[in-house]
Amino acid sequence: MAADPSGVLTGQHYLDGNHAACEGALAVGCRFAAGYPITPSTEVVERIASRFPLMGGIFIQMEDEIAASIAIQGAVWAGKKAMTVTSGPGLSLMMEHVGLAAMSECPCVFVDVQRGGPSTGLPTLPGQADMMQARWGSHGDYEIIALCPQSPQECFDLAIDAFNLAETWRVPVMLMLDECVGHMTERVVIPTPDKINVVERRWTTKKPGEYLPFEPGPDMVPDMVKAGDGYRMYVTGLTHNEKGYPVMNHIAQEKLIHRLVDKIRLNADKICRWEEDQTDGADIVVLSYGITSRVAQRAVEMARSKGLKVGTMRLIVAWPFPEKRVRELAPKIKAFVVPELNYGQMAFEVERAAAGQTKTVLVPHGGGEVHEPEVIAEAIFQAARSIN
Amino acid sequence: MTEQSTNPVNAYLRMDRMPSIWCPGCGIGTSVNCFANALTQAKVDLKKTAIVSGIGCTGRVSGYMALDSFHTTHGRALPFATGLKLANPELNVVVYSGEGDLIAIGGNHFIHAARRNLDVLCICVNNFTYGMTGGQVSPTSPGTARFTTAPYGQFEEPFNLPHLAESCGATYVARWTTFHVRELTKAMRDGLKKKGFRFIEVISPCPTLYQRRNKLGDGLDAMKYYREKSVKKNNADTRELRIDFQSEITVGTFVDRERPTFLEAMNKQFSAVFGDKYKPYPEGPSKNG
Repeated sequence: MAADPSGVLTGQHYLDGNHAACEGALAVGCRFAAGYPITPSTEVVERIASRFPLMGGIFIQMEDEIAASIAIQGAVWAGKKAMTVTSGPGLSLMMEHVGLAAMSECPCVFVDVQRGGPSTGLPTLPGQADMMQARWGSHGDYEIIALCPQSPQECFDLAIDAFNLAETWRVPVMLMLDECVGHMTERVVIPTPDKINVVERRWTTKKPGEYLPFEPGPDMVPDMVKAGDGYRMYVTGLTHNEKGYPVMNHIAQEKLIHRLVDKIRLNADKICRWEEDQTDGADIVVLSYGITSRVAQRAVEMARSKGLKVGTMRLIVAWPFPEKRVRELAPKIKAFVVPELNYGQMAFEVERAAAGQTKTVLVPHGGGEVHEPEVIAEAIFQAARSIN
Repeated sequence: MTEQSTNPVNAYLRMDRMPSIWCPGCGIGTSVNCFANALTQAKVDLKKTAIVSGIGCTGRVSGYMALDSFHTTHGRALPFATGLKLANPELNVVVYSGEGDLIAIGGNHFIHAARRNLDVLCICVNNFTYGMTGGQVSPTSPGTARFTTAPYGQFEEPFNLPHLAESCGATYVARWTTFHVRELTKAMRDGLKKKGFRFIEVISPCPTLYQRRNKLGDGLDAMKYYREKSVKKNNADTRELRIDFQSEITVGTFVDRERPTFLEAMNKQFSAVFGDKYKPYPEGPSKNG
């Protein structure tokens, strides 16, 4: 389905990543946003606040991130597409409601513009250390989807994908920028509304009485209704049956949680996305994401100029992790080199997926700035040397 | 065979979830009975009525009502309701939760929902304790009473909820006990028909935990206390409504006023700024008090 033209600023723009993410959300039909100011993410909601009045949208600055992260879920159950925007400390506060969205299968989008942490850390400077929190931060077992743009254009494109994935799989989707990508300004091309693919909500075709709100379809995802349509729905964060009613036993738990996990794990091939370059015949594959993938590109060029066979794998979707592809590549290469602005998060996932078939070399960085390309290049050289 | 009559309230309940989890003598069920009657009397469109709760004994109310029911996280019923109401103003949104949920963990949301004049009816069942978790001290627990987490007696100042609600901007503030079923029903009916942030405190017994630990008898003893010690005083100064241990309980309608709701204020501001370019956002069903 094409986009509602009221949200689409068709044309060529010179935008930073935060503003581009906002435009992507508006283009795909987000008409409710709740936020709380936090550096370095605030430009996203500032732009929403200025754009929404003439588009029929509602922006509300809530009293904290806890409130923002559940206000959007109220809006979703009223029928809107909704998102909130934050950075690390705010994401920490939102975690209980990531769990609620996973449990109640509420399609919504969380934009996280990552900064250095832990705690207040480096509010104005980049980090990539929320990757594991995005995946595991709420208690209990569940799955989410996380996307990692590396440019303002991709902030726009992936904001659209984030909403579409949320509606398709009924999970909270994280759009994981970092401070650099959020604040870098580049050309952003916004297509005409007919060129923008919009996934609508999976509205049920069943009538009240026939409809079971948590009865999954063949893809393990149930269809939705909204409040006010006469379905007298029941939504709870408690373990529930297909009717939505709480059931306090291990049988209901197994049935529900297994499905919530499997609907993403077993459909991972349809969700995972990455870019590969020169991995055929490579000795080393540099796996990276977000701003670090752009820095790594320079390091890869330096290594290639010395005759090393270096491929790249750039994560676009970080969660679910493309473990099948990493496992395929592992026996064919001598090492994965994984630079990231943290002390080892996705690198451990690479190591797990590689399952001992090759080495995984982490190039850590505490955040606050990006890697020097030479540091990544040196890691590539060392990995190559240690093999020979 | 005698004809079996059906309780008229059944139509408002998810009867397939009965019996409820509430203890004998608990007042939450009484308040729900009043609420169901108020829904009939106020003639609200049940199809367009949603109920939102947080966590706790009263948090289970949403799940027993045959409305669009949302049982959310602890303390967060009001911000959920904020999104629900603003995204579809046609809905009548009722928040129904306990004092621990609304005023302790959810206290920040409570003051801001009242300040914004969010157009919801907020019903707070105040039983002075955390029932679901076993009788801990709550933000309204009266001084010297004992709780599992205040075994030597509560010594903090309790919140005076009508005063808090009025100070923060509620358009309607009332307090009744579960002894006052007619008055409570009428307050809920009036509340359903008004606009803005409407707050009703329901003083309610917890025989299993609060009363037993404090040697206050059973549910019937609570009714006797409410009958003997309640004083009706409409328009009372809310600063004087503090409740101490087994003290007098002032009940009545304390505040009934008009203030622009969040959406009314938003439309006014944006219309002033944008003129004809601004298409006013729907404000919801018109109401006549």
